[in-house]
Amino acid sequence: MGAAILVVIGLCAAVPQLLAPIDPTEQRLLARFTPPLTRSADGTFAVLGTDQLGRDILSRLIYGARTSSLIGFAAVLIAGLTGTVLGLLAGVRGGMSDHVVMRLADMQLAFPFILLAITVIGILGPSIRNLILVVGFANWAAYARVVRAETLAVRERPFVEAARSLGLTLPHLVVRHILPNVSASLMVVATFGVASAILTEAGLSFLGLGVPVAVPSWGGMLAEGRQYVDTRYWLALFPGAALFLTVMAINLVGDTLRDAFDPYLHVRRSLDQL
Amino acid sequence: MIAYLCQRLAWTLLVLLGISGIVFVVVHLSGDPAALYMGPEGTKEDYQLLRSALGFDRPLPEQYGLFLWRAVRGNFGRSLRHQQPTLPLVLARLPATLALTAAAMLLALLLALPLGLLSALRRKTILDAGGMMFALAGQCMPTFWLGILLILIFAVQLRWFPVYGGDGPAAIVLPAVTLGVWAMARTARITRSSMLDILPQDFLRTARAKGLGEWTVVLRHALRNCAIPIVTALGLELGNLLGGAVITEAVFAYPGIGRLAVEAVINKDVPLIEAVVLTVGAAVLLLNILIDVVYVALDPRIRLA
Repeated sequence: MGAAILVVIGLCAAVPQLLAPIDPTEQRLLARFTPPLTRSADGTFAVLGTDQLGRDILSRLIYGARTSSLIGFAAVLIAGLTGTVLGLLAGVRGGMSDHVVMRLADMQLAFPFILLAITVIGILGPSIRNLILVVGFANWAAYARVVRAETLAVRERPFVEAARSLGLTLPHLVVRHILPNVSASLMVVATFGVASAILTEAGLSFLGLGVPVAVPSWGGMLAEGRQYVDTRYWLALFPGAALFLTVMAINLVGDTLRDAFDPYLHVRRSLDQL
Repeated sequence: MIAYLCQRLAWTLLVLLGISGIVFVVVHLSGDPAALYMGPEGTKEDYQLLRSALGFDRPLPEQYGLFLWRAVRGNFGRSLRHQQPTLPLVLARLPATLALTAAAMLLALLLALPLGLLSALRRKTILDAGGMMFALAGQCMPTFWLGILLILIFAVQLRWFPVYGGDGPAAIVLPAVTLGVWAMARTARITRSSMLDILPQDFLRTARAKGLGEWTVVLRHALRNCAIPIVTALGLELGNLLGGAVITEAVFAYPGIGRLAVEAVINKDVPLIEAVVLTVGAAVLLLNILIDVVYVALDPRIRLA
């Protein structure tokens, strides 16, 4: 079920032009504040209503899916790459580099990075590129931790020892042998990471420090809709619901993924029967 | 123990140094801070004057050194907007945020422990499935959306709580609930899984064999042993909670540090930004050290490496 929702969101993100009924940036002041499922003053039918500038909410939601997915995936890519490299470094080499990397990771996990995020974006200016960089580089620690743990486990296995005694060089060893075994946990962390990145982007956009105002974003829509929440609730309700459903779907898929990769699941399931 | 504390404190200082460096670099990356301070109305001569007055024409390392020198003396500069020294400003708002975070954690604990406990005890029933669905929903809920919904229901429609502001104890309730939901969800899940790990163990069988009632067994013996993973989780959540406080305070216009930080960023009030980031960072890191020490008190088997 989670996957089904994600497919819808993915479609919205990939080809919004086909799905959105109306141009999301088109402001039609005659059609301001149309409630959902009614016909607006200039004749168009607004499925989810229109906002304070007459822009169709459904279309903005659909385009917003693209913004969120883009930033989510890009940020996770950056975080994953940095984290994996550092985690592999720590796990394979051990010693000082391990110690340093893990300390850095602990600090990064402890510090509320949102403060740094709003500082960087506030000063460098809101743009999609800045946002991706900030959200990306702020989250590498989780990936580094997981990769390091898996690397440490894999390192002791006989096939690694065999490979080394055959004379394999270290880079070759890491890429061809360790990395594939690490990738399962990495994918699970990455999946949940996309959800987290999407929420972070929405939060930053809500504060006005995310994507530029012209780009439709679910967080930005919430910020705008907030002022009208007592009378025209639909401006804030739908973007938030979209965020919630997307994040739920990603979490459900992530849970399934985690169960799929768990080699002991059938053992635990059979123990449950007892 | 003392050696461990010294080592942790040393690392904390290093990290704070690093963070201040990052903020410093970022501020100077975007061109001249004097340009930020000046605004669009200044003339070229004014700009040069401001630049040399504030010392921005000196080499970067020298500026950073000056900043550190002053910081060690407790002088974090003057806020541009408020025209007051920054540190007192920050410290004045800190208690409000700490109160909010504490309230949120308390709420989270109060709800999560029973929820996780019941889910673990009544596995594979509707209660378990429902409880965990609720926890999942709590984890996925965007904080600001939840805040807005709560405002809509409780403040606007029902008029039980104030819509925003910080006066009086009622003002902390809705923000604390908003902030606490995420922590509650995570803690509930962790409580459930650690209870599930502990329940089959032998020492509980012994306790039951001794004739202790089921609830005594669960509450006094099983739950105590769960404390470690739960405290770990809560400790890790601290950073997240303080981060979430930034957004929650923005939603509820709650007068805490988060709001101060956002205002400072929007006003490009650089000294204030630096002060807030460093203060909050120091607070979080110190609290983490405290939690690690509490660990040892909870479980004597742990040796601080």
